[in-house]
Amino acid sequence: MTATTGTGQPLLALENISKVYPGVIALSDVTLRVHHGEVLALIGENGAGKSTLMKVLGGVIEPSSGTITIGDRHYDRLSVLESQAAGIAFVHQELNVFDNLDVAGNMFMGREIRTRLGFMDIEAMRKAARPLLRRVGASFKPETLVANLSLAERQLLEIAKALSIDARVVIMDEPTSSLTLSETQTLMKVIADLKSDGIAVIYISHRLGEVEQCADRVVGLRDGHVAGELAKHEINHDAMIRLMIGRDLKALYTPPSVASGGTVLSLKGIKNAVNPQSRVNLDIRAGEILGVAGLVGAGRTELAEAIFGIGDILEGELTLAGKTFRARTPREAIDAGIYLVPEDRKRTGLVLESSICENISLADLGTVSRYGLVSQKAQLRRALAQRDRLGIKANDVMRNAAELSGGNQQKVVLGKWLSMNPKLIFFDEPTRGIDVGAKSEIYKLMRGLADAGVGVVMISSDMEEVIGVSDRIVVLREGRLSGELQRAQFSEHNVLKLAVGGN
Amino acid sequence: MQKKDMWLAVLILVVGAIVYMRNPLFISPINLGNTANLIGLFGLFAIGQAFVIMTGGIDLSVGSMIALLGVLFVELVGRFGVPWPLAILITVMAGTVMGLAHGLLVTKLKMQPFVVTLCGLLIYRGVARGYTGEATAGFPFGASFPELEWLTVGRSFGVPHSFIALIIVGIITWFVLHRSVFGRHLYAVGKNEDAARYSGVRTGLVITSAYVICAVLTSIAAIYFAMFTKSVQPSSHGNFYELYAIAAAVLGGFSLRGGEGSIIGVILGAVLIQQLQNLVNLLGIPSSLNFAVMGGVILAGVLADQQFNRYRERQRAARALDALNREAAAPS
Ligand SMILES: Nc1ncnc2c1ncn2[C@@H]1O[C@H](COP(=O)(O)OP(=O)(O)OP(=O)(O)O)[C@@H](O)[C@H]1O
Ligand SMILES: [Mg+2]
Repeated sequence: MTATTGTGQPLLALENISKVYPGVIALSDVTLRVHHGEVLALIGENGAGKSTLMKVLGGVIEPSSGTITIGDRHYDRLSVLESQAAGIAFVHQELNVFDNLDVAGNMFMGREIRTRLGFMDIEAMRKAARPLLRRVGASFKPETLVANLSLAERQLLEIAKALSIDARVVIMDEPTSSLTLSETQTLMKVIADLKSDGIAVIYISHRLGEVEQCADRVVGLRDGHVAGELAKHEINHDAMIRLMIGRDLKALYTPPSVASGGTVLSLKGIKNAVNPQSRVNLDIRAGEILGVAGLVGAGRTELAEAIFGIGDILEGELTLAGKTFRARTPREAIDAGIYLVPEDRKRTGLVLESSICENISLADLGTVSRYGLVSQKAQLRRALAQRDRLGIKANDVMRNAAELSGGNQQKVVLGKWLSMNPKLIFFDEPTRGIDVGAKSEIYKLMRGLADAGVGVVMISSDMEEVIGVSDRIVVLREGRLSGELQRAQFSEHNVLKLAVGGN
Repeated sequence: MQKKDMWLAVLILVVGAIVYMRNPLFISPINLGNTANLIGLFGLFAIGQAFVIMTGGIDLSVGSMIALLGVLFVELVGRFGVPWPLAILITVMAGTVMGLAHGLLVTKLKMQPFVVTLCGLLIYRGVARGYTGEATAGFPFGASFPELEWLTVGRSFGVPHSFIALIIVGIITWFVLHRSVFGRHLYAVGKNEDAARYSGVRTGLVITSAYVICAVLTSIAAIYFAMFTKSVQPSSHGNFYELYAIAAAVLGGFSLRGGEGSIIGVILGAVLIQQLQNLVNLLGIPSSLNFAVMGGVILAGVLADQQFNRYRERQRAARALDALNREAAAPS
């Protein structure tokens, strides 16, 4: 099947592209055309091949067969340089930034501005970076060291970097996966601007609301094939889901079946090292899903990490099931039954170069081993159980986690923690980069945990998700608790008001 | 046994066959026994080094440790008349303290392993030379310690006991690295320290343990070396030995970035290196070229390994594409 509708001479065409990995057919015979000034959304389940297709266009991977046409030039394969020279800018799903350089240095990596003597013109680069950062709504400066940026800020940096290239096509592979509503809206404006300049945008996202808002045309991929496409007037939530998974999806959110119980963990005047100017008081209850909302940089991750034993708690008291509690290392938190599913799977969630199987048992090798020796069989059994439970798309759990699509990697991280017995579990952006089908599975899992009496805390930047999943929402602003909402008060407006301040 | 290790074993056999054809003395019991002894001595601390390299670190101090601990052991037994089992204990304890110091400096004070152990290299050597006043430390004339000698330089059925010690240590460390929870943590820390920490692995403890294991094995090797040479010349004893250990690990498939390698690999690496030294002797190559031969072989070996991997990747992808095309061609 091909996706060809659209008008006029296409700006670029990918024709009959296949990409085969040993044991996996990532793309099979995919044809895709992109026109001037259109916003083309690419949707599909995790592992459908969206990123792979875009990496072919970005020159990052070589297709096994097929041709690429840009303007009137044909290629069997592109290199990254050729792709850039042809005017293709790429915001990658997995961020690739240089921690040890500043923001401007990252932005102009490989295209450094030079002085007449051939040295780097650091001032010029910083000056050029400033308006681009403003355009994407970033509050950090060109001089900032990237190591100090949060995941969301890095994402903004990548977007700004793509804008710094004089592009004809901008590929955005899940650019908003860790952005909150307000940055996302800024991005929507940027996309509209690009479009009116005649620049084409290829937009990949699992947040269907965004797709509905910005796309002119939607192409669905399923198992490496083109499953079909939707024209502007056909784009709606249900149609997109049908295109992606080939059927309708039942209710995304499940309501709680039990009332929330007693307090699992109570925070009294907690001050952490990252936000020493503010204190947090909060009770986390068993049996409820507590949504934690806030803007990028509000200190949500830092608070969860401090409780988990990463980063210091300076002052205040934590009470776990009636007893004072303080974890100095993650090990202590885990032993006390407090888990954290971290937001950055590449850096802290997974050992990418280890197998799926090893990743799943890493936090709990004790139970799959005897006399200190790991039992391969027990480990394998556990991995297979989690794979089936979470629907991780991998025949072979001995494959490296690096070979999975982004969404499936996230499921491996979840599998690691869900194979143990939590008392309290923090999910930091649990559905970052996860498709709708799997999202509903994860919501069901979280609900199941809560119903079983576990305290569930969900940090999320996805407004739909915060409102749909939570039983109670707290909002953080600049490290401070700016308010709490009960179910009856849930609305985008109310959350945003607390997150931004003012009205 | 991993594929990589198997190729290394094949390489060792091929080199062995070639040397034998040029000089049949290669398989004479005397030559084999001597080489096995050297393999045992060098293999012991190469395994230690492998643990450190697994974490992404490096231990440059082992050569100097062998000198300093050798001096210590010989002095204890030869001059102060300390019973040798106690002397062994003290020597290993001293090694443990050094390893602990390296580990804590790296994990607690966040110093770089290269810097920490480079300073170790300088300090231990300096202390050994300073303490002895550059004089050779040796056993008094006519002294003999039959049990100790049996244990270290003795042979059973012609097999040197140092070699047997290597086999025993190899088996134990194989279980530790490849089958134990600690070993799994070691791999995880080497590949992604942050993710390991977030998974509740006590990364500081794991890394420190690696340095301690390295130092303990090195101190055992130091005792074997001291007994083998019978005297310790503090300015030259153990010079460059850290490089032999690192070379053995690299040949054995360890990545200096950490998280990769196997015990069988590093042992085979140690075997190959001693075989090369032997080759230089037997084939009448000037022994001054010793290092050049070693360097050349390591370079070629690592390069070949890399190229071969790339080739295999391409082959696998091509086969998969073929299968796809056939599937597409078949009527469906
Ligand atoms: N380096 C690799 N080696 C083997 N298989 C791979 C590799 N990279 C990707 N794949 C496989 O190719 C398929 C498509 O992956 P891709 O990353 O394109 O999915 P995606 O549609 O972007 O999914 P997601 O929404 O999760 O990001 C997956 O089954 C994945 O496991
Ligand atoms: Mg993707």
